[in-house]
Parts: sequence; structure tokens; C-alpha cells
Amino acid sequence: MYPLSFSIAHALPETILAVGALLLILVGAIRGEKSAPLVAELAIGLLTLALVVIFIGAKTTATVFDGAFIDDQFARYMKALVLIGSIVTLILSRDFLRRENIDQFEFPVLVMLSTLGMLMLTSANSLISLYLGLELMSLALYVVASFHRDNLKASEAGLKYFVLGALSSGMLLYGASLIYGYAGSVSFPGIAAALKSGPAIGVVFGLVFLLAGLAFKMSTVPFHMWTPDVYEGAPTPVTAFFASAPKMAAVAITLRTVMVAFPNITHEWRQIVMFISVASMALGSFAAIGQTNIKRLMAYSSIGHMGFALVGLAAANAAGVEGVAIYLAIYLVTTLGVFAAIVAMRVQGRSVENISDLAGLSRTDGWMAFFMAMLMFSLAGIPPMAGFFAKYYAFLAAVQAGLTPLAVIGVLLSTVAAFYYLRIVKVMYFDEAAPAFDRAPFAVRAVCAVATALVFCFWVYPAPIVEAATNAARAFF
Amino acid sequence: MTAAVAFFYLFSMIMLASAFMVIAARNPVHSVLFLILAFVNAAGLFMLAGAEFLGMILIVVYVGAVAVLFLFVVMMLDVDFAEMKRGFLQVLPIGAIIGGIVAIELILVVGSWTVAPAGSAPVGSPITPGVTNTVALGRVLYTQYIYLFQAAGLVLLTAMVGAIVLTLRHKVVKRQVIAEQNARTQASVVEIKKVPFRAGV
Repeated sequence: MYPLSFSIAHALPETILAVGALLLILVGAIRGEKSAPLVAELAIGLLTLALVVIFIGAKTTATVFDGAFIDDQFARYMKALVLIGSIVTLILSRDFLRRENIDQFEFPVLVMLSTLGMLMLTSANSLISLYLGLELMSLALYVVASFHRDNLKASEAGLKYFVLGALSSGMLLYGASLIYGYAGSVSFPGIAAALKSGPAIGVVFGLVFLLAGLAFKMSTVPFHMWTPDVYEGAPTPVTAFFASAPKMAAVAITLRTVMVAFPNITHEWRQIVMFISVASMALGSFAAIGQTNIKRLMAYSSIGHMGFALVGLAAANAAGVEGVAIYLAIYLVTTLGVFAAIVAMRVQGRSVENISDLAGLSRTDGWMAFFMAMLMFSLAGIPPMAGFFAKYYAFLAAVQAGLTPLAVIGVLLSTVAAFYYLRIVKVMYFDEAAPAFDRAPFAVRAVCAVATALVFCFWVYPAPIVEAATNAARAFF
Repeated sequence: MTAAVAFFYLFSMIMLASAFMVIAARNPVHSVLFLILAFVNAAGLFMLAGAEFLGMILIVVYVGAVAVLFLFVVMMLDVDFAEMKRGFLQVLPIGAIIGGIVAIELILVVGSWTVAPAGSAPVGSPITPGVTNTVALGRVLYTQYIYLFQAAGLVLLTAMVGAIVLTLRHKVVKRQVIAEQNARTQASVVEIKKVPFRAGV
């Protein structure tokens, strides 16, 4: 066993967030109601510090805390994505929460605790640490979903998410206990070793339940029902959070679980992943067409995008993991940009969320309309925007793994999805102008602009992301 | 040995009887009290099995906290348990038959049970002689499982923060200031007005 200092050095981002969250609770409790802006700034600072630590920290792989926690290139890559999602969420939320009069210091603390759960989840190397990370992440998410507690829709969203989340936790635990019972180990390498001789029926049974629990967190079909309601009901910055950071962590742990714990029964889990992937792509593409609320539309869009990302996972090779990693990075940036634009949708101090409210945006706020249009092109996967390359890498891996039909279905469904993205562009540029939006705060516009710039410039200089993703994929092969 | 066996039967019988009384008692407060009795006897069974830590935790957590919480809920909420349980003992035979069928099914399943070859490797931790449960748990809880232990702590912290955020309302409360009360004089608070006859105030 390693000394504790070695373990903590490898879990430094987590340690920073855990200690930081405790200190921020103290700051909030001592300084009272007025401390909300200070705590939010400190939380952004601590999350950024954790991100910096990941960038400049050791690049070695180590399994610490008695096999419960692994620090490798893949974990660091995904953690960086998670932290970016959380930081941008906090930046977007400051002005919004103040205007909605729910500016409490607990919000940044809960986002930090949730982020801590996501980091732990990303690094989980055993079923127990997986479950604890998942619960830490989810519990804080349930609370921030209904953070606007006097709002009926927000309360409904929180309650719905909580009840269904508890159900999914139950399924996950049931699966985990079956796997432990049949494989005789809770650690991922231990499970893989027990399955050397092929699949045991009990383990496959448990695997199904485990993947069901994880699919709920990724909000993929058939465990997606909560997504539209929760996305619509939760305050917009919280929705941005839901659509970004937790998805990164959930996909990361799904990937790690199947790659590290079940590499010997690829055939078994690949069927499940392929089904989830196709079903999510189809539902995300067709169900979003009839939506009038942009947050609901983004909910279906996120379901669809998780389906596209899982195409790479179904490939189950290094190119597939790389594809998923690239896909998630691009999805994260695009989604955060789009949600920044949605946060900016305010008419006379009141936030609006209908697609029709965007009508004629090109005449009332040309830049915002341009940003939104570029991000929509990226989500639709139109070259040369980054979204095209995201799909390209994911589908390429599937074709290499001999899953050409899956890739063909993906391409066809992405053209269906393009319809509703392009409709938003049409509404913004060609419809009669709706009342102009209030001028958004600088930070929100900046997030939108930076996201657009990144999405726009990916094809010019893709090397940093692609290289990082290749290194991340090397952690498994 | 015989003493242990005798105590086993004693605890088991009281536990079964009180468990039955939990569902049969008319008064819900009596039900909770029988529940506590069942917990205490279960703790006794744990002690007999050599799991003294579990036994003590059962008393501390379930008797000390959970059952008292139940008692609060039962006494504070006006739930008509008698109405809810009406006719319960009449349908008991049907319930017993269904329970019996499920039990037979379980016995059949367990009877034809074979352990998968992959799972046959011994997974339990051996008991070190001369080390009590509490010591053995303490040795691994803060060393081997420190990460998981702290993670569980953070989960509980999050739950607590969440419960406070969602329910606490900062009300404006009028506080008693005794000095101010004592400093009041008749002159400072009573005002005498002359009211003209038949003119109102």
C-alpha cells in the first residue's frame, strides 16, 4: 500500500474540491446571506485551480486508495471536461440567480460537491467508488434542480428527478451486487480477471442492470423519460449544468466500466450499447421535431447526442474510445455555448424559453443570432463546424470495428436531427421579429462567443483535442 | 453451549412475537414500542452470533434514532392507522397462503442452486482470532477504506446541505429584549387622550 500522501497527490483535484467545499460552507454560514457573490467567485477559483492542477500535474498512471481510485490519462481528460462544464455553469448562473432572486451561497457549494462526485466517478476503479461518486453527484443535482423552490415547475423537476434517480440507483446497486456475487470482486480489474473464462450468466444479468443505472445518468433511451421535464423545469443555468458536466462523467464511467471490467465479454455489452445508441439517436432526432420550448428541444438533442457518442463506444476499440472522447469535448463546448445563448433570452427582465421568442433575432441582436446559428450548425453536424468532426470520428471507429450498419443508421438519423437545428436558424433569420432581448451580461456573451470561436476553429487546428483524446484512449489499450 | 442455545430461542421467540404484535397492535404507539422490542432482541441475536459491533449499532441507530423518529411521526401526524388496518386480520389467511407459496418457490430455487464456477473462489475475509469486530472494522475503515469512508461522509454532507437549502426559510422573528421591557415606563407607552362626548375618536 502507498502512503497517504502519495494517494492524495494523485487525487489532488478531488482533495482541493472537498476541502474547498467545506471551507465555502463555513464562509457562507459565518458571513450569512450576503456572501453569495463571494462564495461563487471562490468556487470558480477553486474549480479553476483543480483544472490547472490536472493540466500541470503528474502524467503518470497510478491506482491508489487500495484500488478504489485510478488516476490515468483518460480520467484526467474527462475530469478537465467536467471541470470546464462546472466553471462555465457557475459563470452563467451568477447573473441569472440574482435576477430570479434565488442567489444563495449554497448553489456554488452544491455545484462543487456535485463536481467532486463527478471527478470521483470518472476515477472510480471499483463498484463501491463508482456508487459513492454517482450518489454524491446525483444528490447535489437533485437539489440544484429544484433550487428555485418556490417555482412549481422547478420543484416538480427536482422531485421527478429524485424519484426516478432513486429507482435507477436501486437498479445499479442490484446489478452491482449480482456482479460482486458472481465475480467475487468489486474492483474492475478483479471482475475482468474473474471473467477470463467467458461470461457467467449472473454477471451478464448484473451487467444489464448496471448499464441501466448508468444509462439513466447519461439520459439515454429507454431511461430518458425524466430528461425533458427536468431540463424544462430547472433554472436555465442548472439545465446547462445537467447537459454538460454530469454527462461527461456518466459516459466516462460507462466507458471505463465496460472497457476495464468487462473486456472479456465485449459481445454481451456491445448489444446493449448498440441498442441504447440507436434508440437514443432515433428518439433524439424525431421527438425534438415537435418541441416549442427550446430547453425541451435541447433535452431531446442531448439524448440524441449521447446516442451518437455511444456509437464510438460500441466499436470497443482504441479508435472508438478516442472518438467518444473527441465527441464529448466538442459536445460540451457546443452545448455550453447554446445554453449561454438561452440564458441570455430575457425580455424586459423576464426569462423566455420558447423557440418563437427567438424570431428575428438576426435583426435585433445580430451577433447573438450568428453565434446561435453557428452552434446549431455544429450540433447538426454540418462541415466545417466541429460537430461534423465529432460525428466523423465516432462513426469512423464504428466502421473500423465492422459496425457499418450502425454508422449508416447514425448518419441517416443525424440528417433527421438537422431539421430542427436548421429550423431554429430559419426562425432567427427569416421570421418576423419578436420583441428584442435585454442586453445579456458580458460574461454570458463571452461564453457564447468563445464557444462559437472554438467550434468554428476546430478544423483549423484540431491537434490539441485529438492528441489528448488519443492519449486518453491509450489508457485502456 | 446450552445457555447460548437457550438464549437464542428466548430472543428469537420474543422477537417473532413482538414482530407479530407490530402489525397486530391496535394502537400505533404500541406498534412502535413492539418494534423497538424486536430490534433489541435482534441485537441480542447478533451478540450471540459474535457480531457485537452490529448488535450495538442496531441498538444505537435503530432503537436510538430510527424507532424514536417513527414514534415522533406516529404521534405528530394524525394518521388514522386503525382505519388503514381495518380488516387486516381477516385477510391475513390469504396473505399467509401467498407467503407460503413464495416460500416454497424460494426453497425450490435454493434447492436446485449451483454456484457458478467463476464465483466459487473464496471471497470472504478470514476472522483473525483475538480481534474483536470493532477493532477489525476500525483497522480497515480509516486505512484501507479511508477514501470510501470520506466519500460516504461527503454524500451525507450533501444530503444535509440539500435538506437545509430546500426547506429552511428565514423568517423575521420578533425576539424578546428584556432590557427594553424593563425600561418601559407608563409615560413612554401610555397616551391619554381626551375624547369629547358623543364625537367619537
